[in-house]
Amino acid sequence: MARDPVELAGARPGPPFEITFDGRAVAALPGQSVAAALWAAGILAWRTTRVGGRPRGAFCGIGQCYDCLATVNGTPNRRACLVPASPGDTITTQEGHGHAGLGV
Amino acid sequence: MPASESDPHAPVDGLGPVRGDGPVDGLGPVRGDGPVDGLGPVCGDGPVDGHGPVYDLAVVGAGCAGLSGAVTAAELGLSVALLDASAQTGGQYYRHPAPALGAVRPEALHHDWSAFAELRRRQEASDITRLTGCHVWAVIREDGDLWAVHAVTGADGDGERPVRVRARALLLATGAYERQLPFPGWTLPGVVGAGGAQAMLKSGLVLPGRRIVVAGSGPLLLAVAASLAAAGARVPAVVEASGYLRYARHPRALAANPQKLAEAAVHGAELLRHGVRVRTRSAVTAVHGRDRVEAVTVSRLDREWRPAQGTGRHIECDALAVGFGLVPQIELAAGLGCAVRRTADGTSALVLDPLQETSVPGVWAAGETGGVGGAQLAREEGEMAGLAVAARLTGRSALVRSGRMRELRRRRARMRAFADVMAAAHAPGVGWTRWLADDTDVCRCEEVTAGRIREGVAGLGARDVRSVKLLTRAGMGWCQGRMCGAAVACLASGAEAPPPSAERRPLAVPVTLSALASLDEPRAGPEPRGR
Repeated sequence: MARDPVELAGARPGPPFEITFDGRAVAALPGQSVAAALWAAGILAWRTTRVGGRPRGAFCGIGQCYDCLATVNGTPNRRACLVPASPGDTITTQEGHGHAGLGV
Repeated sequence: MPASESDPHAPVDGLGPVRGDGPVDGLGPVRGDGPVDGLGPVCGDGPVDGHGPVYDLAVVGAGCAGLSGAVTAAELGLSVALLDASAQTGGQYYRHPAPALGAVRPEALHHDWSAFAELRRRQEASDITRLTGCHVWAVIREDGDLWAVHAVTGADGDGERPVRVRARALLLATGAYERQLPFPGWTLPGVVGAGGAQAMLKSGLVLPGRRIVVAGSGPLLLAVAASLAAAGARVPAVVEASGYLRYARHPRALAANPQKLAEAAVHGAELLRHGVRVRTRSAVTAVHGRDRVEAVTVSRLDREWRPAQGTGRHIECDALAVGFGLVPQIELAAGLGCAVRRTADGTSALVLDPLQETSVPGVWAAGETGGVGGAQLAREEGEMAGLAVAARLTGRSALVRSGRMRELRRRRARMRAFADVMAAAHAPGVGWTRWLADDTDVCRCEEVTAGRIREGVAGLGARDVRSVKLLTRAGMGWCQGRMCGAAVACLASGAEAPPPSAERRPLAVPVTLSALASLDEPRAGPEPRGR
């Protein structure tokens, strides 16, 4: 039995790079989505809901449910399960509709 | 592709690269390193009018069905545009890591990888124009019996350059997404779709936890549990709401599909090897944990999926992967007025003629859009559609009377029969709504509880999804009811099986106003002819 998925797939990715999640450094592998990088770091929630303020993260994993919306480099409502992680990305927990800065 | 260097508001007609330059997308070329100018010339892709190239065939979806249809048509001489939201072909079934992850054994995560590898080889050898990162939001009929496929671009559709691809024929191979039924705690982080967990594993090589319970209903659960276990997760239980005995009522469909039994045996052996216990006629009826999953309660169900009081079993885990079968993704076809039918497990699928054409002439479909049936069926239906489109456009009617077509039709009938048995065996029982608490969120996007929906039904007289939506906002959020639609339909119709929903979503994916504003003047086309 493989110890982890990377071993199972015989993956030899390039060196990991760093992104940040709410200011904390997170290592991402080249080719991973933002959501995958966060899961790999044990982070399952990066959004709070508009009504109840409850934590959410990736659910459907294929871009259909929009539960994984995150603020990526200042832009809210990005689907973390689809957006590839890039070196230096700044991911922040999206609160509500993500447009609080607009005062709407 | 340096999209930002171009006028973001310029509509792009059928982005065509010079052949061999690799796919064109909103993400940047995947292969080939020459700059790809979205407004550049297209070589030999059929007639070019004032609005860019016109392809013989536009294929929406590069999974098993779309890829198979595209290579079949291209090999018969048709010019083909193949659009997909992803940067890679393979769809959901053959979802695989991005090249940068350097996976040398992607097949370790898949059943029958060689079938995909062969399709991909044929696609790479063809002159198909691959358009990646294209999220198709509408297909409309234009003047001159042409179809216009409209897409937004980019990894998640955030790209500013919309794409329009025009073609004489259309193949919709948009696949399926997972059906979800809510239960107390299902919005807690760590609860993920079963297909979602598998998708994240296949593409990102990650797991949502170390101890993952797999629950819901349908054959996908066994495949998901087997791959999670193979990837190093502990799977304390697979929880299946139905039993497997219903398959035994259809010995002929089973005997005619030995490959399906073989596939099940592979998953079964894998589960045995990892000591995974399968609990049938059971469901997760509660999830425990404050900010993430810490445990689940699994209850016994009766034949109608009513949970039996006092049978709850506490299982510790740090994630739950859940799903209740698949729903055909048919918005684009429904938007064109294609006829739909109700499947054995209560979803809506497209009505198709023996040659895979929908009720709207000129629009073909293949794979899960015509009813969920699996990857092999999708490949064969894609081939049939490719042959049928080529026969129509080139007048070579011998293509659809060939021995190959007869063989494909026989195999399709056999596999569709098995798919019907499978769908019936895992159709949700009417009793599942009993496991909902009044404060269980049903609509995840708008946070609408079961209590509010019941109030709308019992107190305000709502009897269908649309009325419930108008009264409560259930289904009005980002996902447009994809996650809660099945549940709301059951709650609205009471104990009766809900009527099929038309899956009418005028925009199949969210579109920015700037993308809409950049479209040129709409040209009214004739209404599609019904049959």
